[in-house]
Amino acid sequence: MRSARYRRRILVNRFNLAMSLATMAFGMLFLFWILATLLRNGFTALSPTLFTQMTPPPGSAGGLLNAIFGSVLIVGAATLVSTPIGVLAGIYLAEYGRNGAFAEATRLINDILLSAPSIILGLFVYTVYVVHVGHFSGWAGSMALGLIAIPVVVRTTENMLRLVPSSLREAAVALGAPMWKVILMVTLKAVRGGVITGVLLAVARMSGETAPLLFTALNNQFFSSDMNGPMANLPVVIFQFAMSPFDDWKTLAWAAALLITLAVLVLNILARTVFRQPTVR
Amino acid sequence: MSASSALPMPTTAAPVPTTATPAAARRAQAGRWQDTLFRHTTRAFAALVLALLVSIILALGYSALPALQKFGLGFFGTNVWNPVTGQFGALAPIYGTLVTSVIALLIGVPVSFGIALFLTEMCPAVLRRPLGTAVELLAAIPSIIYGMWGLFVFAPFFADHVQPLLTRAFGDLWVIGPLFQGAPTGLGVLTAGVILSVMVIPFIASVMRDVFEVVPPVLKESAYGLGCTTWEVVRRVVLPYTRIGVVGGIMLGLGRALGETMAVTFVIGNAYRIRASLYEPGNSIASALANEFNEAADPVHRGSLIALGLVLFVLTLVVLAASRLLIARLARGEGART
Repeated sequence: MRSARYRRRILVNRFNLAMSLATMAFGMLFLFWILATLLRNGFTALSPTLFTQMTPPPGSAGGLLNAIFGSVLIVGAATLVSTPIGVLAGIYLAEYGRNGAFAEATRLINDILLSAPSIILGLFVYTVYVVHVGHFSGWAGSMALGLIAIPVVVRTTENMLRLVPSSLREAAVALGAPMWKVILMVTLKAVRGGVITGVLLAVARMSGETAPLLFTALNNQFFSSDMNGPMANLPVVIFQFAMSPFDDWKTLAWAAALLITLAVLVLNILARTVFRQPTVR
Repeated sequence: MSASSALPMPTTAAPVPTTATPAAARRAQAGRWQDTLFRHTTRAFAALVLALLVSIILALGYSALPALQKFGLGFFGTNVWNPVTGQFGALAPIYGTLVTSVIALLIGVPVSFGIALFLTEMCPAVLRRPLGTAVELLAAIPSIIYGMWGLFVFAPFFADHVQPLLTRAFGDLWVIGPLFQGAPTGLGVLTAGVILSVMVIPFIASVMRDVFEVVPPVLKESAYGLGCTTWEVVRRVVLPYTRIGVVGGIMLGLGRALGETMAVTFVIGNAYRIRASLYEPGNSIASALANEFNEAADPVHRGSLIALGLVLFVLTLVVLAASRLLIARLARGEGART
């Protein structure tokens, strides 16, 4: 009947599949552990004053208004600058460069920058901008974040444009439209949802980045809308407050952490569901 | 010349075609001109991406000069970091970066493989997307959140429950014993490595899942037809077929682990030391930068930190380029075979 060898093969198979299930559980365990920690510590710290008051000195009550405002401003400026750059570069790769050597090299470099350590980009902006201006500023923070966003937008734009069937382009060209109109008004329009997904993912990525802001936007105790000076922002506030010995600062750090994570997760899920187009990650 | 611009010619019969073909010709001319402009504009932005990489290396290299001139190549081989006397050597942070990344891969690679295997071979089709997304959300959680959770929740748990166990299990063993000896404080190289492993899992797992999915079903079905178990199909058909891509995924994870900053900064302990025990505090390049850069006023100190950054950037550059080329090679091979 069933030989010992056959039984062993079945056993090995069951064991390995069980291990595979266990690794999946391991991954999920950490996801839920982190989210549960955030919810438990963050929810007790949530209060309306978070959105109405400034970051306090240790020992007194306060909120995160200046940090939230600063983060929105810095990320907003970075998004506005990096989106057109990323989309145009993506258009070149998908519509003009295609498989040429220049396009291939750009694609390789873009993929490297996509995963490059974000702290290096902060260091880069520090050496080429902050040193020469002589002070930290919101603009410098936006630059560093923009450099993180560009590769994300380039990648998604190119991937999406490559999905557009050539018959669509040919039809538009046959009607006499110049190539730039074909690209901007036909192909790019066809993949609008996908490009928005890319931008949303880039915004999500930027909102949580701390390292590049340390040497660029730094932090600010006070409310400031001056992009030319140091600016408060949520990630750096979390870093500073969480590392501090003061309990009320730590509580604020948890609240800020919850806010950021919720924003990032909502953006991610939104990007994956509402604006989803087939076969692009 | 398009057909529409040629049409009015006979009626006007003018000898000069430019005046004879008014609106349409002008539009065609403008279209060509705008086309060229548009093509060159997009090309310039693509070139910007290329230029960015070169300028990062140049800018960091230039700013690192004060340190590199003072210490020479010895900078990379000495284990001293003393801002007071102005002596700097990169060995400890480089060591810390490599050790934490190796720990991250030792844990992360098998787990990612298991997750990819689960998602491609075992998972019911309905759960495939939600679970895949859940794994990818691990990558979406900001690094600083991992850091806070690591410092306040994971490190105490690790010190109380895991480190004593590890010491009892491995502490007396030959060679690897010393790695697991020492005070279980929860903060140190090992904790940083474990947290890094959780952070790289989504990247490695999603590459592995994607490359497992390119295996032609015919190959797997033939193996199943011969009576192979699921594990045997994965081990003997899927893995050999996707080996290059799997290595590419691991390299991507390595690239991520090397440069991870905030999570490591919170838990590694920030000490310029090289110790046998993994329980001791250490330092990585990225955490050294995050901690010290703003306080470094002296140009040599600052230059040394920037030199560290340059080392990190070049290291990740090589690893990520290799990763990307390996994955691309698998994709090309796939195209040729089908």
